[in-house]
Amino acid sequence: MTNILEVKDLNISFHTFAGEVQAIRGVNFELKKGETLAIVGESGSGKSVTTKAIMRLLPPGNSEIKAGQILFDGKDLTKLTDRQMQKIRGKDISMIFQDPMTSLNPTMTIGKQIMEPLIRHQDMSKAAATERALQLLRLVGIPKPEQRIKQYPHQFSGGMRQRVVIAIALACNPKVLIADEPTTALDVTIQAQILELMKDLQNKIDTSIIFITHDLGVVANVADRVAVMYGGKIVEIGTVDEVFYNPQHPYTWGLISSMPSLDAKEEELYAIPGTPPNLLHPPKGDAFAPRNEYAMQIDLEEQPPMFKISDTHYAATWLLHPDAPKVEPPAAVVKRMRKFSEMK
Amino acid sequence: MQNQEKLLEIRNLKQYFNIGKPNEVKAIDGISFDIYKGETLGLVGESGCGKSTTGRTIIRLYEATDGQVFFKGENVHGKKSRKDLKKFNRSIQMIFQDPYASLNPRMKVSDIIAEGIDIHNLAKSNKERMDQVYELLETVGLNREHANRYPHEFSGGQRQRIGIARALAVQPEFIIADEPISALDVSIQAQVVNLMRKLQKEKGLTYLFIAHDLSMVKYISDRIGVMYFGRLVELAPAEELYSNPLHPYTKSLLSAIPVPDPETERTRRRFAYDPSSHKYSENEEVSMKEVRPGHFVYCSELELKKYKEESKS
Repeated sequence: MTNILEVKDLNISFHTFAGEVQAIRGVNFELKKGETLAIVGESGSGKSVTTKAIMRLLPPGNSEIKAGQILFDGKDLTKLTDRQMQKIRGKDISMIFQDPMTSLNPTMTIGKQIMEPLIRHQDMSKAAATERALQLLRLVGIPKPEQRIKQYPHQFSGGMRQRVVIAIALACNPKVLIADEPTTALDVTIQAQILELMKDLQNKIDTSIIFITHDLGVVANVADRVAVMYGGKIVEIGTVDEVFYNPQHPYTWGLISSMPSLDAKEEELYAIPGTPPNLLHPPKGDAFAPRNEYAMQIDLEEQPPMFKISDTHYAATWLLHPDAPKVEPPAAVVKRMRKFSEMK
Repeated sequence: MQNQEKLLEIRNLKQYFNIGKPNEVKAIDGISFDIYKGETLGLVGESGCGKSTTGRTIIRLYEATDGQVFFKGENVHGKKSRKDLKKFNRSIQMIFQDPYASLNPRMKVSDIIAEGIDIHNLAKSNKERMDQVYELLETVGLNREHANRYPHEFSGGQRQRIGIARALAVQPEFIIADEPISALDVSIQAQVVNLMRKLQKEKGLTYLFIAHDLSMVKYISDRIGVMYFGRLVELAPAEELYSNPLHPYTKSLLSAIPVPDPETERTRRRFAYDPSSHKYSENEEVSMKEVRPGHFVYCSELELKKYKEESKS
């Protein structure tokens, strides 16, 4: 499969009164045509900053791309002028935001908001754009589109609004769709419908999706590949089966073990101790080391490189170094690994 | 569980907003349930189903439209003397959803935690007051140096710990936790849930745990109530509810929870709930009925028979 988007050695800092916050510290990944890549991590891990950098939505005043490239269709997006970027944003790459209550303009009818990118990017006439808008509303499953198109956002429920936001994002058949926690603000029943809808649309128009979430259940549902972020870096990346059934990084182990399972009753939940690192003063070694019960001396001194586990699976932990001692992962992870060896 | 002492009895509770206006909302429309001493009752449902309103009405943040709430046999609502109210307020405490909005940014942590201690005169001297604050901070996994700081200096998980310490300060018997972990990161959620369970064991607390994250609710609760549009539609022990859901809404809700397991997700079927599928006739009596011991479902006589059959097989 061909790569549609490549992020290479991206470094982003924010200049604040307290000093320089190194939000992204060397992120590398590629997005293949037609796939869904999920980025998981807790708040402050840099998942939203990475995608905002791709869309060039970071605040221009205090953010800075210190190094790295974002290659889309062979072009480096970081080098484009604002005007060139405007031609790509909303057309080739579009975005769905977390909160459907605030990402729509309350003073414009939803019809007008869907037609906006069509008229701007595709030079459609008003009549053609209306026709296409109706078609999009039908596509995302909004009943009676002829009436709904004239209504304002407040006349829609949360789930319906998120469908409208998806319709806007899909208006120009984007090559890349970035979904930043698109279902976090929704109820589980509505979430299930929206996820179903996104998968269905992906099959129809062959878009590549970057899906940001902190819900591992959602990841298991939508993703082809998963990248786990921590402290401004990707610490593990692989196919969804590799990350869920054969995780290698202790942070991934912690995430997986701290979720209660529906079929077993655990005495106590595994909790990752401590709090996320302060990226104002990023640690010298592995950012996860202070919370990591498997940490070794070298974790505090030197950042681990990406170790290769398979052609598609990489993890940044010194535990994968040939000289590292063998450790026993948490019980929940061992159970999953057993399943992984059976699957092969 | 049934032989245990009832701590809280809720009888036909109703909470309407904007009564008599065109936009009247029946947020809670006649619900009844009991909470036993020492248990955790989970309350789940989608947004707008009335689960938070239920919690807030129980603790008297809203005056109930109709129905009764009995705490240890005493009616909570209705006219009360200042003294009675104070006693009641001391026995029931609340932990709120948003740890960023529920702490006054202009108060020091020590004053936030000690507010209840001051109101109820639980400390005789300033030293005793601060000793209690230090002890509470240590109980919730913070340390005494934190007492002199302000809320903005803490992370979300730490703030929620402060909220828990504040609730514990007046030594309550019953705590209503309204989505206490929804605003927290995954790795922090487990910390707070473990803390709540530990405190329950040590202090014999009773919880009403309101949430929409069903896997966490199942983990922490002894019994779970499912709400839909202001009504309780199913109430059962946690294991029973998950292994043997009867009401179609519960089934649909359970089928919608994403599980962190790609294999299961690939093969799962989801059901949608259609409220009109019940086809209740006009004067059919629909109410909470016991299908199996401890397992209640909101249904008609006809459905009761069907559910009884279903739960046997």
